[in-house]
Amino acid sequence: MGNKLITLENISKSYGSNTVLDELNLYINENEFLTLLGPSGCGKTTTLRIIGGFETPDTGKVIFDGKDITSLAPNKRQVNTVFQKYALFTHMTIAENIAFGLKIKKKSKAYIDDKIKYALKLVNLEDFANRMPDSLSGGQQQRIAIARAIVNEPKVLLLDEPLGALDLKLRQDMQYELIRLKNELGITFIYVTHDQEEALTMSDTIVVMNQGYIQQIGTPENIYNEPENAFVADFIGDSNIISGTMIHDELVEILNVKWACVDKGFGINKPVDVVIRPEDVELVKEDEGTIKGIVTNIIFKGVHYEMEVMANGFEWLVHSTSLFPVGTKVGIKVDPFNIQIMNKPESEDEEAIGVEE
Amino acid sequence: MKNKYIKFLSAPYIIWALIFIIVPLLMVFYYGFTDKSGAFTISNITAIATHEHSKALWLALYLSLISTAICILLAYPLAMILSHIGENAGANKDKYMVFIFILPMWMNFLLRTIAWQTLLENDGVINSFLNLLHLPALRIINTPAAIVFGMVYNFLPFMVLPLVNALNKIDINVINAARDLGANSVQTFLRIILPLSLPGLISGITMVFIPSLTTFIVSDLLGGSKILLIGNVIEQEFTQYSNWNLGSGLSIVLMIFIIVSIVLSTIFDKDMEGTAI
Ligand SMILES: Nc1ncnc2c1ncn2[C@@H]1O[C@H](COP(=O)(O)OP(=O)(O)OP(=O)(O)O)[C@@H](O)[C@H]1O
Ligand SMILES: [Mg+2]
Repeated sequence: MGNKLITLENISKSYGSNTVLDELNLYINENEFLTLLGPSGCGKTTTLRIIGGFETPDTGKVIFDGKDITSLAPNKRQVNTVFQKYALFTHMTIAENIAFGLKIKKKSKAYIDDKIKYALKLVNLEDFANRMPDSLSGGQQQRIAIARAIVNEPKVLLLDEPLGALDLKLRQDMQYELIRLKNELGITFIYVTHDQEEALTMSDTIVVMNQGYIQQIGTPENIYNEPENAFVADFIGDSNIISGTMIHDELVEILNVKWACVDKGFGINKPVDVVIRPEDVELVKEDEGTIKGIVTNIIFKGVHYEMEVMANGFEWLVHSTSLFPVGTKVGIKVDPFNIQIMNKPESEDEEAIGVEE
Repeated sequence: MKNKYIKFLSAPYIIWALIFIIVPLLMVFYYGFTDKSGAFTISNITAIATHEHSKALWLALYLSLISTAICILLAYPLAMILSHIGENAGANKDKYMVFIFILPMWMNFLLRTIAWQTLLENDGVINSFLNLLHLPALRIINTPAAIVFGMVYNFLPFMVLPLVNALNKIDINVINAARDLGANSVQTFLRIILPLSLPGLISGITMVFIPSLTTFIVSDLLGGSKILLIGNVIEQEFTQYSNWNLGSGLSIVLMIFIIVSIVLSTIFDKDMEGTAI
């Protein structure tokens, strides 16, 4: 992908004694769709505010296009933001809201009118030009906030949970719209969400954050299939996280049973965390499995059944298209390739920081 | 049922209002439209046209407008600092600063003004101090400037508080959004902060302009007896000349000006949002 557009170097930020970001390092490529993903309060908005210029980091630098912009005023940055709570100008009509940035830049009336029409069409609110923001629903206001930002054709668009107030259908439509828009305008997106599904669908790169630390950076496939630690595995999708011992390369012991796997280089007799995705757990006849268990619960989920299987004291989460009624004795098998081994954090602190490789 | 109950609760206030607001008001109207013998006349009203009276009214209007304007200029920056818009102001510090600011308001109005009289006098505290430093003395007492000073000093909090209140209602991210879209601080102020805090500004104007227009204490103490505002004229009619009829007539005229300014402010501020402190 393109060259580095934004670099965050050793960014730290505290409010009083609350350290929100700690030595954060991150770079964003031109044209990239980068998503900051993490639980509430992990510092996603704070990171965006630092890039947007509304917050100055205590230490560290923000580099944009090779220039240090750490203390540059927000209005001088080639970045536009879609704020988490829309932040529309309540004393202006929708059209005036959208026109705000363009009027500041002294664009011609015809140009502005064109842009308003284009933007309203894009967010599917063509008839709303003369309405006041207060008369719109949350989802409509959110779309206006997106329209207001994109008409300025920024180099980078910062979006803070821009689809949070939308229902599922509209949300999916807007996801496609945003991706289309991004490709059409050729701009870089830095996107914040705590919805892992949204992150997996839309992003080129996902940055998983927790308590101000980056847990893992990678492509959606990467993050999903090879989580680096239990936090990431747990946060992204459902998973079975079991502690075990790495006997030696390609052999791991979990729940007192030895399993073949494909991971190497963890050492000998090392404590590890093992992740197995529910869709990778195969239910077979009792004596054909690696371990034996009994189905304890079953929920129909549409595409598949979600089952809970008790085996060797661990409740396995299993997704399968074939049904095994509650009480069935089953065997559990897992393809060695689908057993994901992760270093075990040795302290609470390390758990937050994530494990360096 | 519920309605009756609420009416019952409001009885004490209605009685209070009847005795202390409605009855005196009716008396003002009675005296204003009669002469000493009790016969109907409008001469007390038209008396405003005499040179002495109209001069006092225009001077009062003029000085009140100046004071209000100065209050706006002083109050906006102050209110911005005191409100959450003030950069790096933590929530606790905010309340503390507003508290410090309104502290002098709890001191008696008369006392504060007398204090300024003593300070500003030709041989007062300030001039003694300037003298000590061999600086030229401040000849301000008994001038319109001193009156404006007194008005601004006494009524500034009434401009600041509604403004702080209105500014605190503005979402910080709305201001951030304006900056984000390229507006510099001046543009952000003019296009976002000013219009969004307009209700506060309007109620601030009303709360400074009306007391300034009607004051006689400030002009009495800081203007000497030479500068008469309409408030002083009315006061003198009641206290010195015992001409309640003329005093009431001029009061009615002043009331018209007050009502006009309140009506003007409600036109600008339809929801009356800013009035609640
Ligand atoms: N102005 C502030 N003053 C004090 N603490 C703050 C301030 N802004 C944010 N914080 C704290 O910083 C932490 C991170 O906040 P941030 O808004 O970045 O979280 P977030 O990841 O965006 O969460 P969410 O998903 O809920 O929006 C929180 O603990 C929050 O309380
Ligand atoms: Mg947030």
